Amino acid sequence: MGAATETSTPPTTPQGVFKRGMYVLWVALRNAPGPFALGAVGAVVFAAATVGSALALGWVTDEVLEPSFAAGELETGLLWLGVALVVGVGVLKAVGVVLRRYYAFLAQFDLQAEFRRQVTRRYLALPMSWHRRHSTGELLSNANADVETTFHIAPPLPMALSATLMVGGTGYLLLVTDPFLAAVGFSVGPMLVLANWIYQHRMRHAAMVAQQARADVADVAHESFDGALVIKTMGREHAEGERFRAISEDLRDKMIRVGRLRAAFDPVIEGLPNVGILLVLGVGAYRVQAGAVTVGEVVQFTFLFRLVALPLRIFGMLLGEIPRAVVGWDRVERVLRSEGDVVHGEASGAGRGGAETALERVTYQYPDTGRDDLSDALAPVGSDAPADMWHAGGEARGLEAIDLDIPAGRTVALVGPTGAGKSTIAALMVRLLDPDLGRITFDGVDLRELSHESLAAHIAIVFQEAFLFDGTVEHNITLGDDYTRDEVVEAARLARADGFIGSLPDGYDTEVGERGATLSGGQRQRIALARALIRRPRLLVLDDATSAVDPAVESEILTGLAEASMPSTVVIVAYRTSSITLADEVLFLEQGRIQARGSHRRLLETVPAYATLVTAYEQADDEGAQ
Amino acid sequence: MSTPPVDQPLEPTQGAWETIVRGVRMSPELRDGLRLTLVLAALATAGRAIVPLAVRYATDHGLGAAGTGIDIPMTMVVVVVAGVAVMVTMVASGLMNARLAVAVETALSNLRTRAFRHVHELSSLHQAAQQRGALTSRVSTDIDTMSRFMQFGGLHLVVAAGQLVIATGVMLFLSWRLTLVVLVSFVPFVLLGRWIQRRLTTAYLLVRERIAQLLGVLAETVVGAPVVRAYGIEARTQDRLDRAVDDHRRAAMRAGRLSAWFSSSAEVFAALATGGVVLVGALLGVGGTVTPGTVVAFIFLIALFVEPVMIAAEVINEGQNAVACWRRVQEVLDLEPDVLDPVDGDDLEPGPVGIEFDHVGFRYPVRDAHGQVVGPGAWALRGVDVEIEPRSKVAVVGETGSGKTTFAKLLTRLMDVTEGEVRLSGLPIHDIRFASLRRRVVMVPQEGMLFSGTILDNIRHGAPEAGDQQLAGAMADLGLADWLAELPEGIHTQVGERGSALSAGERQLVALARAYVADPDLLVLDEATSAVDPATEQRLQRALAGLIEGRTTVTIAHRLSTAETSDEVLVFDQGRLVQRGHHLELVAAEGVYARLHASWVVGTSGAGRG
Repeated sequence: MGAATETSTPPTTPQGVFKRGMYVLWVALRNAPGPFALGAVGAVVFAAATVGSALALGWVTDEVLEPSFAAGELETGLLWLGVALVVGVGVLKAVGVVLRRYYAFLAQFDLQAEFRRQVTRRYLALPMSWHRRHSTGELLSNANADVETTFHIAPPLPMALSATLMVGGTGYLLLVTDPFLAAVGFSVGPMLVLANWIYQHRMRHAAMVAQQARADVADVAHESFDGALVIKTMGREHAEGERFRAISEDLRDKMIRVGRLRAAFDPVIEGLPNVGILLVLGVGAYRVQAGAVTVGEVVQFTFLFRLVALPLRIFGMLLGEIPRAVVGWDRVERVLRSEGDVVHGEASGAGRGGAETALERVTYQYPDTGRDDLSDALAPVGSDAPADMWHAGGEARGLEAIDLDIPAGRTVALVGPTGAGKSTIAALMVRLLDPDLGRITFDGVDLRELSHESLAAHIAIVFQEAFLFDGTVEHNITLGDDYTRDEVVEAARLARADGFIGSLPDGYDTEVGERGATLSGGQRQRIALARALIRRPRLLVLDDATSAVDPAVESEILTGLAEASMPSTVVIVAYRTSSITLADEVLFLEQGRIQARGSHRRLLETVPAYATLVTAYEQADDEGAQ
Repeated sequence: MSTPPVDQPLEPTQGAWETIVRGVRMSPELRDGLRLTLVLAALATAGRAIVPLAVRYATDHGLGAAGTGIDIPMTMVVVVVAGVAVMVTMVASGLMNARLAVAVETALSNLRTRAFRHVHELSSLHQAAQQRGALTSRVSTDIDTMSRFMQFGGLHLVVAAGQLVIATGVMLFLSWRLTLVVLVSFVPFVLLGRWIQRRLTTAYLLVRERIAQLLGVLAETVVGAPVVRAYGIEARTQDRLDRAVDDHRRAAMRAGRLSAWFSSSAEVFAALATGGVVLVGALLGVGGTVTPGTVVAFIFLIALFVEPVMIAAEVINEGQNAVACWRRVQEVLDLEPDVLDPVDGDDLEPGPVGIEFDHVGFRYPVRDAHGQVVGPGAWALRGVDVEIEPRSKVAVVGETGSGKTTFAKLLTRLMDVTEGEVRLSGLPIHDIRFASLRRRVVMVPQEGMLFSGTILDNIRHGAPEAGDQQLAGAMADLGLADWLAELPEGIHTQVGERGSALSAGERQLVALARAYVADPDLLVLDEATSAVDPATEQRLQRALAGLIEGRTTVTIAHRLSTAETSDEVLVFDQGRLVQRGHHLELVAAEGVYARLHASWVVGTSGAGRG
């Protein structure tokens, strides 16, 4: 199987992270050039207006206030000009803020949406073998949290541009006005950026640790409340309380650490600009005395200091965001770069009646590397996330050079102990997996040559874990394909689902809830079965699909299938004797090999291993039927 | 009998202030050392006015803007004094922050643990599965929200309020006329800000909803990938995903737009206030009422003014949210546990346990949306009189809703009877100390509920003091040694979250072993219904036989074979005990059991006997 190449090793050195970070910035800029450009315009307007507001203030102090106060009379025209200047510059600043923030958000959310679309497109194109190697939590996290974290670096970008321009503008003004004042400015500014960077860096780590502890607390509570019955009946409430206290105190300590970090850094970051202002005042006094600067200029610089100090924080934030964005992007990129899309042929699988199906020298090995383990998969999705074979690793094992031929229209049972390869064969027969070696044919045509539509139209599989979508009962049977209500009812009747559906509040229009949560396991299985039957497939594969259905109903279903004019070849992976005996033929599997085939009765007599396996059921299930 | 979820939005039962007062009373840690913290907070806030004042003073008196000529020593004095004051402020602010963090987190952690212990005493935890999620939120996200608010928003709110007061005070001290100008300019901003923030709250709510929807569709795509693939519905699935992605983007942009308007409106009002101060300041200055330094100081103070108003507008909603969370936690603590450990209770005598039900009736309580009991529901069980001999094996059968599960819950005192009395070995069950009851009476629930950890950890829940050897020995007693040998790590195999790394049958094996090491005298088994593979099935039967040996056993039977091999069968129908006797007698008689039996036989008849 063409395994996906997933080789991008995340950089570990600070330089490596920084370089990668620049690359992520480039990805962001390239994919949302419009919003970023307009955001930059806003940033320039804001920066210019901010520096301008300080200049206006200086001008007003020197040219309007001082002369007027000194002279004791007012020059009205000049005053109004001053007021207009101050207000005008302020309004310009507001315009800059709106543009900058609006387009920063637009860039962020456009990028998120774009990459969510890209990632989910990959999910739908990549083969099931790829899905098997990744846990549900991981895939959810890639499309949701990872994309989100990656593009957290978008919003600060225009702001960072403003800050750069403001620092540049202020620096220039300081230099032109007075090199001594400039020296003061250039000493405090970098200190502020550095303090911020260290703060953000440490805080990020502390916050992440606290977040993890928070998740742990929720996990323990969730588990403990779920297991309340066991805990109560075993009298373990006190021990549970102690367990929870320990983990809650761990969270407390981590949150206190977050609080202490802030306690240490917040005042420094708030206080540094104030220290700068006082220094400007002190140095300024000498410079005024020396006649190098005016009082207005000193006032102007103290004001400017205050204005520039806040935006400077953005560099700390951006620097702190980069490592996280890099991690997020690495994970997103890994999905985008995964290869091995399923390629379908052109052949149509149309024909009359059940199809002949065959495995020819088929070998399939599950990659034993297990799944790609990304250390921090998403927090648990909820208690009801099914532990299915597709995401949880499962216990499926491989097959070796299997030959198998199922004549058209037959009903065949696959029987064998856990891990014998039954579900693997089922998945191969419907092309959810492709064999490593050999081929699987459908009426003599290699499955890989069938078109995607024909595969879906003529071959159907029903899993043990009946997966229902959030929607109506009818939608779960049609899956959006065109079927009349009569056809839906007919399929449901065959699946013996008709009865309970009729007693649901809205019948076929009843919403089943997320994953069909409102229904029982057996009801879900019967709806999933109806979904397969309505398609009148030429090959129907039931992978332990009726395990939660009452045995009486199960045999009704299977007999019904045989009696109805269902034009199918049927392959049943089964445990119950009742379903096994309904098959025309039984294939007995052990350790990825077919050990015997024949009628149930014959295998019972001639194959001791088979007899042992099946008898275990009879003892358990069948004792009453004497 | 359906219990409404605790989570739905409700009319608050107590006001915000009442909630805070009660909350502080419940958590004395919050008051520890509060006085010093408040002094530090006052210092920290006051410090924020230092720099504008220093600039004003230095401008007027040091730099000589008021026409007095330059005065270097004076300027230096101002700079040094202000510098020292700034340092003191920084230290005070840091200490305050740290002290608050310690007090708040300690209080919340204790509150969390207390709520957790309390929840375990509530029977709704196992009666109403749909409330579990809500109860989990009470001890996790609700308290997290409070913590976040108190550490971030709440602190800002306090400091911002202080800053506002101090800035106003300083302004008033400098010039009440200019203060009036600033205040008047800000009134519309406060009103507009509140309005925008209210809309923002709704906007963020919508964003969260959209994220949840997106996650839902995403989870369906990922978990349901085999179905999507096998049924060829990729295009339709992608459409749904794209729509969810786009809905989220739109909702997020709406919030983004509002937030952009909010911050820019702050700039506009600051500009208006500055313009007003320059204009009025100049007019007053000419008259000699204010100095240039005062005008400059005001312009600085305006910045001190904008910040808190913005912060207040932003965090006030968070604050309301946090209070609502606090209230919800308090409401959970207000719920009375309905099954209590008796004061001066008795211990069960050693030896096998017999059971008596004396005219027992039970009705589930009807609860309101807060989880408070508002009245009795229909009878789930009524008029049950039965005696069960020590060491006998009894099967309880009946259709869903017949009352057989209620019977088991009363027998283990997960609930208390509504009328009549349950006695174990002659002692009324409500007089038996929990410690004794839980040690001697053990229930094995239907799906073997496991906790994450190893198999050994899980078994140890049955006998916390037992050594590893002893527990491993118990596994061997039940014939499970060969199963353990097949596992990669044997008894140290991790079972995963809720035992998900094991199959359903294997989880039951562990649950049986856990009950076995607990060594109870009365065993209540809720038989599992799910099918398991034959090898595991055999093991289950063997383990079960080992477990029930020599104990009084009551099994809620779903399988005919269990009823057949029991000493006695109790048949429940619509809350009544309608038949009792041996399987053979009951089959022969007309009645509920014969009917149940007939349908069982049909169910298993497909399995031919070769």
